[in-house]
Amino acid sequence: MDNEVKLVSGAMVALAVATAALVVMPYMEVRDIQPRPGLKPYTSAELRGRGVYIANGCVYCHSQQPRDRNFGPDFERGWGRASVPGDYIYDKPHLLGSMRTGPDLFNIASRQPSKDWHLGHLYQPRAYVPGSIMPSYPFLFTVKDAKEAEKEGEQPVSLPPAYAPNVGQVVVPTPEALDLVKYLLALNHTYPVLPPAPKP
Amino acid sequence: MDSAILSLLGAFLLSIIGLFVFIWSSRKGLLVENPKAASVIFARGEIGRVDDPALADAAQDSMQAAALEPGHPLHVADATELQDRIASDQSSAFPVFMFIAFACFWLLLGSLAGLTSSIKLHQPDWLTDQAWLTFGRIRTVHLTAVLYGWISNAALGMMLWLLPRLLRTHLHGAIWSMLGGALINMGIAAAIGAISSGWTDGMEYLEIPWQIAILIFAGFVLVILSVLYTLVNRKVEHLYVSVWYMVAALLWISLLFVVAKLPGVHTGVQQATTNWWYGHNVLGLWFTPVSVGAIYYFLPKIIGRPVRSYNLSILGFWTLAFFYGQVGGHHLIGGPVPGWLTTLSIVQSVMMVIPVVAFSINMGATLKGRMHLARYSPTLRFMMFGGLMYFASSLQGSLEALRSVNQVAHFTHFTVAHAHLGAYAFVTMVLFGAIYFMMPRVLNWEWPYPKLITLHFWLSAIGIAIYFIGLSAGGWLQGVAMLDAARPFMDSVTLTLPYLKWRTAGGSLMVLGHIVFVGHFLAMALRFGPTRTGAALFWQNNKRELAHGQ
Repeated sequence: MDNEVKLVSGAMVALAVATAALVVMPYMEVRDIQPRPGLKPYTSAELRGRGVYIANGCVYCHSQQPRDRNFGPDFERGWGRASVPGDYIYDKPHLLGSMRTGPDLFNIASRQPSKDWHLGHLYQPRAYVPGSIMPSYPFLFTVKDAKEAEKEGEQPVSLPPAYAPNVGQVVVPTPEALDLVKYLLALNHTYPVLPPAPKP
Repeated sequence: MDSAILSLLGAFLLSIIGLFVFIWSSRKGLLVENPKAASVIFARGEIGRVDDPALADAAQDSMQAAALEPGHPLHVADATELQDRIASDQSSAFPVFMFIAFACFWLLLGSLAGLTSSIKLHQPDWLTDQAWLTFGRIRTVHLTAVLYGWISNAALGMMLWLLPRLLRTHLHGAIWSMLGGALINMGIAAAIGAISSGWTDGMEYLEIPWQIAILIFAGFVLVILSVLYTLVNRKVEHLYVSVWYMVAALLWISLLFVVAKLPGVHTGVQQATTNWWYGHNVLGLWFTPVSVGAIYYFLPKIIGRPVRSYNLSILGFWTLAFFYGQVGGHHLIGGPVPGWLTTLSIVQSVMMVIPVVAFSINMGATLKGRMHLARYSPTLRFMMFGGLMYFASSLQGSLEALRSVNQVAHFTHFTVAHAHLGAYAFVTMVLFGAIYFMMPRVLNWEWPYPKLITLHFWLSAIGIAIYFIGLSAGGWLQGVAMLDAARPFMDSVTLTLPYLKWRTAGGSLMVLGHIVFVGHFLAMALRFGPTRTGAALFWQNNKRELAHGQ
């Protein structure tokens, strides 16, 4: 232990082994994967919405990786089949997530396809899910005079009366909120990934 | 070939390699204990002398009295070697102070951000009007500030202070390391601003936008240059084990950072594996080796007794180097990644038991019969607490990687609690101890209010205990509820609420501790407190003048 060359080279070999296993080999293994016909690239609006999802750190509470049926009841909860590498071809950065403070969102569009629900839920989650601990996102909306909003041709968010603003006012989504919902409504990976079973 | 045959073949090959390594090591005499190498941290005649600069003279005296063993009379330490050490300390004082001061600032900011995020999880409508205060952003500000701001700065400061001492030379290229520090902290400040405003690369632990990461990387390169320059200009033949841990860690983190941040290379699932290769290695190949290296220096130095088994520490280093790097895949168990990858990571996670046990046996044996000194020495308390928590968190990590445990713990607060056991109870506590040891020598001034050190210790220790126990229990119940298809998902949310509040309670104590710590640090830097004759430097009454560098 008295040679700095040994130190540096040993340390580098150790790191190289780890990098080969966790970075290079996965790269070689998944680089040639083709997307399934059911998977479409994101549209510009969806990509903008994905940006809003990333900027506000949705990934810290919501995973996007339903697990296999023998590993948890993800399928029973309606979160969809186990995901495969091909599902993530267009994901940059990946948003697999590591927490489920809230539910998995990989197939949120298939179980909750309503745009109104999503907008209202972002404005005040507890209006739709009692006991939810998701933050509300008032900064993705503006509260406006109802008449003014109508004149501007805005489409207000429909909210349960208990959570609506004062009389004469409406909640109008910002473009960010609309894009985010477009992204959420694109999260649908229910297309089949396995070839159909051979006929007997 | 099926996997059973492959694993049998693998085990056979491993045993053969192991046998050759064993034969080689006994030929090289590596199995013979090497007390001389373990003693290089002491000056001639210094063994047996306790050393805790955080203590005033009288307290140091009573600690020494408690450490005396019959048949081992105290010797006078070699004055020239002490003189060299003073020169080393002086050469690094300014850069070290700079890094530690930045670290303290980020610690305070980061822990306030952490407390805010913790409260938000049970008060979801609190502070929601501003985008930068939303949970997803303030949580990431917390992570960036404490991981990159606090731990990395404090680790760099500690490294720059220890290396000249261990290499018995002055810090070469000090100005470069300071320039590096300026770049790193500019980068961190910019990154926190970017994340608050919603500009992020979007991956856990890698949120810092790559454009800003260039600054941080450049800063690290400058620090590395200074460190390597010091290393090749050393005046000792033997490199103490702490040098191995620290220099390797510094090279590792820089390479990890640059590979993980390469823009435009990673995508999809492969990006996820890279993400966790990096995410776990930040802890495994940066925080852990730096902190373990620190314990290998400070703990023996404080109690005045060399490490019991030097070879065991070397074994710990190489096993850590080869096993820890590959554990990251256990974050993707059950995910859409190749099965061999998660299996490899699980195996290596379990192999991590070896370096941890090697470390723990070694520290236990070194401390044997001197544990009572923790009653006297505040820095020893921090070091012992940190060392014990390294053992606990690493063993817990090995268990958590097992599929059966992971199935429950994954995606829950249990993992968050585990992360804090590692990054706080282990790493941060060791860094606190190191700072309490270093600063009197860096600033030539004693800690003005020694009682505050004890207060800080207990606030932090009790705080993290509440945090960890509460959140682990809540996280486990959350995982169990989530796996039960008969229970609605909302069950797993509502049942965590009391535990999330406990986390806030524990976190508040920790923040309080940090306020005490940073306040004390400021008081010291501004020369507050009772007037003293100067720092109780090398604690030898007849050699006090040495202490002042006269």
